[in-house]
Amino acid sequence: MTGRPSVEDLLRDLAPQVLAILVRRFGDFALCEDAVQEALLTAARHWPAGGVPDNPRGWLLRAATRQFTDLVRSERSRRLREERMVREPAAAGAPAHDDTLVLLFMCCHPALTLASAVALTLRAAGGLTTAEIASAYLVPEATMAQRISRAKQRVEASGARFEVPALDSEEWTPRLRAVLHVLYLMFNEGYAASAGPALHRVELSGEAIRLTRALRRVLPADAEVAGLLALMLLTDARRPARTSPAGELVPLDEQDRGLWDRRLIREGAALLASTFGSRTPPGEYRLQAAIAAVHDQAPSAVATDWPQILALYGMLERLRPNPVVTLNRAVALAMVEGPAAGLALVDDLDAPGRPLAGHHRLHAVRAHLHEMAGDVGSALVHYRAAAARTTSLPERRHLMARAARLRAG
Amino acid sequence: MPRFLLIVNHDPGLTQAPPMDEWTPDEVAAHMNYYEALNRELIESGELVGVTILADPRQARIVHCDGASSAVVTDGPYPESKEVVAGFQVVDVESEARAVEIAARVSAAPGPAGVPIQQPIEVRQVMSGSAEEP
Repeated sequence: MTGRPSVEDLLRDLAPQVLAILVRRFGDFALCEDAVQEALLTAARHWPAGGVPDNPRGWLLRAATRQFTDLVRSERSRRLREERMVREPAAAGAPAHDDTLVLLFMCCHPALTLASAVALTLRAAGGLTTAEIASAYLVPEATMAQRISRAKQRVEASGARFEVPALDSEEWTPRLRAVLHVLYLMFNEGYAASAGPALHRVELSGEAIRLTRALRRVLPADAEVAGLLALMLLTDARRPARTSPAGELVPLDEQDRGLWDRRLIREGAALLASTFGSRTPPGEYRLQAAIAAVHDQAPSAVATDWPQILALYGMLERLRPNPVVTLNRAVALAMVEGPAAGLALVDDLDAPGRPLAGHHRLHAVRAHLHEMAGDVGSALVHYRAAAARTTSLPERRHLMARAARLRAG
Repeated sequence: MPRFLLIVNHDPGLTQAPPMDEWTPDEVAAHMNYYEALNRELIESGELVGVTILADPRQARIVHCDGASSAVVTDGPYPESKEVVAGFQVVDVESEARAVEIAARVSAAPGPAGVPIQQPIEVRQVMSGSAEEP
C-alpha cells in the first residue's frame, strides 16, 4: 500500500515480455515458460535485498536465457525434447507482435479446457507463480503444477504456432472470443469467491482486470474488449457493498449503494459509452456491461430502469440463447409486469428436460417472486429447496437467512 | 471446478470380502498397488486434492460436550462397523460424471484372488466458498 511499484509488480509486468522474447527466439513454449519462472524466482529472491538492477528486463532476459540453455541441456541428456527442437525452428524472423496479445492467444488456445486455460493464462501472461495459482484455487501446489504442465503440453501438441491470427482472418473472431471468455471466467471466479470464506485467495478479479486492460491497450478499437473491461469495472465497483461486515452475501437489491466505487463506475460507464459509435453490433460483453451500468446508475433497486434491463436481457437472449439469461430476464420481467409474469417464464424453464429444470437457481428465483407476490408459504418451500440444492456456501447461508426472516414475518 | 469427496467405508462390498487381515500378503500388496497407481494417476492429471486413510475404528473416541462441564469421552467401536469411514479422497474435477468415473475405479480395487471388491463408494460434492457456481 505504499504507492511505489513493488518488485512483485515489476516482475509481473516483465514476465510476459521476457517470455514472449524467449519463445520467439527458441520456439519451445513449455521449456521457455519454465525458464522464465526460474528467472523470476531468482529475481524475487535477490532484488528486494540487493536492489533492482538498472536494466531489469535485460537482467531477466539473460537469466531466463541461461536457465533455458541449462534446461535444454538436461532435457537433451534425457533425449526428451531433441526431436521437437529440430522440428520447430526458432521463429527468429517473426514480426514483433505485441507480447501480451501473443501470450493471451497462446494461453487461451481452443485445444485447452477452460480451467487449464485460466491457470495457464495466470501463470504465463499474468506472471503468477504456481504456488499462488494453487492457493487461488485451493488445490495443492503439485496438483496445480501438473495441470499447468499438461496445459502447456497440450498447446504444443496441438501444433499451435506462436503467432496471432491476422485481424481480418476467419480465425480471428473465435480466437479473440476464447481469450475474452477466459478473462471473463477468471474475473468471475475471483468475484464470486470474494463473498466466500476464502478471502485469502489471490485476487483473481484484479488479475483479470489487469490483463483485460493490457489487452485493451493493444486492441483499442475492439468494442467487445472495451465492453468486457467495462463489465468488469462496473461489477467490481459493487464489491465493497457485496458482503456484510459478518461476511454474508448481500444481494444487489439490499446493497448500500453509498459504498459502491464511483470512480470505477465512471470509468466503466465512459468506456462503455466510447463503444456506442462502433460499427459492430453489441456483443455479449457490451450488453452485460450495459445492464451493469443501468444498475450502477440507479439510486435504488426500485428506482432502477427495469424496462431497459428487460430489453437488454431480451437482446442478450437472442444473441446467446442461454437459460441463465432467461432466468435473469424473468426477474426483470417481474419487476416490470409483476411477479406472475416472471413466474410464468420460470415455469417454461422448469419444464422436464430443460437444462435448468430443478436447478437451485430456479427455486431461488421462484422463492423471490413468490415473496414479492406475498405468498409466504410457496416462498418458504422454494427457499428451502434452493438451499438444499446449492453447492455454494455463502449462497446457502443467504437462502436460509431469507427463509428465516420470512418465517419470523 | 467442482470438488467431490469419495468415501470408502468398512463395508465388505458386493463380494463379501473377508477383513484385510485375512488376505494373503500378495493380495494385500495388489490392493495397495492398485490404490497407489490410481492416486498417482490422479496427481498427474491434476485432479487429486488429497487422500486420507483413517486408523482402525477400534481406536475411535466419541466426544460429547455441553460447552460448560468437561467433555465426556467414550471409546468406539461403533455398533455397525461397516458404516464406519475407512478413508477418503478429495478430487477437483470437471464434472460430477468424472467424479463418478473415479469412484468406479476405487470400487473396483482388487480383493482376495484379485476379484474387484465392489465396495460402495459414496460421492459427495463439497460446498464451495464461492457465491456462484461455475
